[in-house]
Amino acid sequence: MRPLKLSWTLQALIVLAGLLVLLIVLMTFERPSVRTSQNGFRGTAMEHVTNPRTAVQVVARNQVPEAQPPADGPVDANDKASAVYENVQVLGELSNAQFLRVMVSMTEWIVPKAVRDAGNGCNYCHNPENMASDEVYTKGVARRMLQMTRTINADWSNHVGQTGVTCYTCHRGQPVPAAVWATNQPNRAGLVGPHALGQNLATPQINNSSLPFDPFTPFLLGDQDIRNISPTWQPRQNTDDVRITEWTYALMVHMSQGLGVNCTFCHNSRAFADWEQSPPQRLTAWHGIRMARAVNRDYVEPLSPVFLANRTGHPDAPSPLRVGANGDALKVNCATCHAGVNRPLLGAPMLRDYPELNLVTRNPLRTSEAASAGGPSRN
Amino acid sequence: MTAFVQYQNIFTRIQVRPPEPYPGVALPPDDVPREGKPTFVHLFGMFGDAQVGPIYLGIMGILSIAFGSLAFLIIGLNMLSSVQWDIIQFVRQLFWLALEPPPAKYGLQFPPMRDGGWWLVAGFFLTLSLLLWWGRTYRRARQLGMGTHVAWAFAAAIWLYLVLGFIRPIAMGSWSEAVPFGIFPHLDWTAAFSIRYGNLFYNPFHALSIVFLYGSTLLFAMHGATILALGRYGGERELELIADRGTAAERGALFWRWCMGFNASFESIHRWAWWFAVLCPLTGGIGILLTGTVVDNWYLWAVERRLAPEYPTLWAPISDPALVQGAPR
Repeated sequence: MRPLKLSWTLQALIVLAGLLVLLIVLMTFERPSVRTSQNGFRGTAMEHVTNPRTAVQVVARNQVPEAQPPADGPVDANDKASAVYENVQVLGELSNAQFLRVMVSMTEWIVPKAVRDAGNGCNYCHNPENMASDEVYTKGVARRMLQMTRTINADWSNHVGQTGVTCYTCHRGQPVPAAVWATNQPNRAGLVGPHALGQNLATPQINNSSLPFDPFTPFLLGDQDIRNISPTWQPRQNTDDVRITEWTYALMVHMSQGLGVNCTFCHNSRAFADWEQSPPQRLTAWHGIRMARAVNRDYVEPLSPVFLANRTGHPDAPSPLRVGANGDALKVNCATCHAGVNRPLLGAPMLRDYPELNLVTRNPLRTSEAASAGGPSRN
Repeated sequence: MTAFVQYQNIFTRIQVRPPEPYPGVALPPDDVPREGKPTFVHLFGMFGDAQVGPIYLGIMGILSIAFGSLAFLIIGLNMLSSVQWDIIQFVRQLFWLALEPPPAKYGLQFPPMRDGGWWLVAGFFLTLSLLLWWGRTYRRARQLGMGTHVAWAFAAAIWLYLVLGFIRPIAMGSWSEAVPFGIFPHLDWTAAFSIRYGNLFYNPFHALSIVFLYGSTLLFAMHGATILALGRYGGERELELIADRGTAAERGALFWRWCMGFNASFESIHRWAWWFAVLCPLTGGIGILLTGTVVDNWYLWAVERRLAPEYPTLWAPISDPALVQGAPR
């Protein structure tokens, strides 16, 4: 028997390899301990896993700004914003006080902090020489966004409930919400054709899986069929192959990640398709998919020409680009509002403090930004 | 020269080295000679035999390596192309990249090269390489006067490979049913496959395959541990102990009989291990082949046969909103 003798080079390589493995382990896994709560019947592994350490960070990230002091509604027709100001198209039913309150709040919610601190908050949407002018593109966008907020709160209570949404739900003090998407359907000449290019790249929006990296265009802009699983065991009645299933899978991975939950939050994973065994959250999510689709179709995508004409955004906030690689507007997905928690802003009923947002008129706009469809539509 | 042979360790402590590397038995005259000058590597001796070489390649070995390398190269170049020939991205994204089979619209036709044609070409060469390597294991065993057990075990694995990439796609009528070549992509494909076909865990052949997979590891651990533990009584002379039971065989048998009331014999344990290993891909391949061709949703299949238990739900049941509202999606 010879004692083990390794060269210095080999020993150094083994130590380096060990360090590399340690680094990968540390970077890959969340530090314990985690808490597990059981949500389904025992044995079905329907569990929600939380980490108290990260939960504290999540709470800190989802604080609602202090509400502006409340304002009274209009006492008579002369007190309405439409009578007080010129060219008020969507907030005309508000009293002057309410109107100003919304303006201040929107500045706080959307205009970048540096611009606000420099005292240029109003100018982000208005020409200070003529506040009624529509020459700053952000003003036209803001009108459509107000109408969008109203539509979500009025028509989509099956998703947003009585909690509702405000501008802040998505914007969080930024002109462009943190989680947005643009169409990303590569099509180019070369060795690999378009069908294979839509997947197999690590992409954060689908949790760095190798699934199709733009499940949003077919499902949250188009209305492609999300369902792949057969309602019967007999074969030859369902032409969806595994490849097509991966698109749905990618959308579901995004939802899971965007909401900070796992599959069993909405499904009993032994029978993903079966509604009878699904927790009620799945119903809310089902409406949420349709809501995101309607919002993208009716409000965001029609603004593409406006954003394309102002692709670097407002001069005061030139980053990020306001359009994607294909020149389309940056659209919403589940993470835009949810930001990693299953109830945006941890369920804070922020809309309750802003009754003004329920007075937005959804009439067609007179300005060019209103090129989009008139009434809200639902799929 | 005597050596104190000690097996009561979890790592290999002994390297047996002849004075000269062993050249091997004489081969039949129609075989080409073995290649390479044999040598000893201490590090290899820690894991297996310290002697490296000579190696027998032969025409089948050379062709197999050539076709396998060609498939590897085609897959690699397609991956490189999908990151615009960027070497850095190729390294970073290597585990994510893939060569995908053609989309469903081409069925079993030969698609354009950039639309899955390269997948067919790479798959053809890889299959050729595997079959040639199988021929090599069979022929080498025959030429050495051995049984062909290794070749048939390898054939079981090739069966599963062919079911996934060749037989099932043909049965389904489309190459798009096949597995992509890629590290993470084939894993994501596997997960999506189970979801698409209503949970593969309710596929009884999948269940059998898992039994044989986990059973193989269990048997391997039991057998390896038993033989090492019997080392001090000469338990490593397994084949002699089959017929001529010494105290090692008796003690090993007694150990398991005391532990679980029953024991394999020194012969049968090897047949147990071989069959468990071979049945894992055999049953798995049957399960894959039935999926989509005979059964489209294994969960519903299991419900109809009362295999899937019914669990109480802990919430007010919901129903499909698409049915309620008349929206099909």
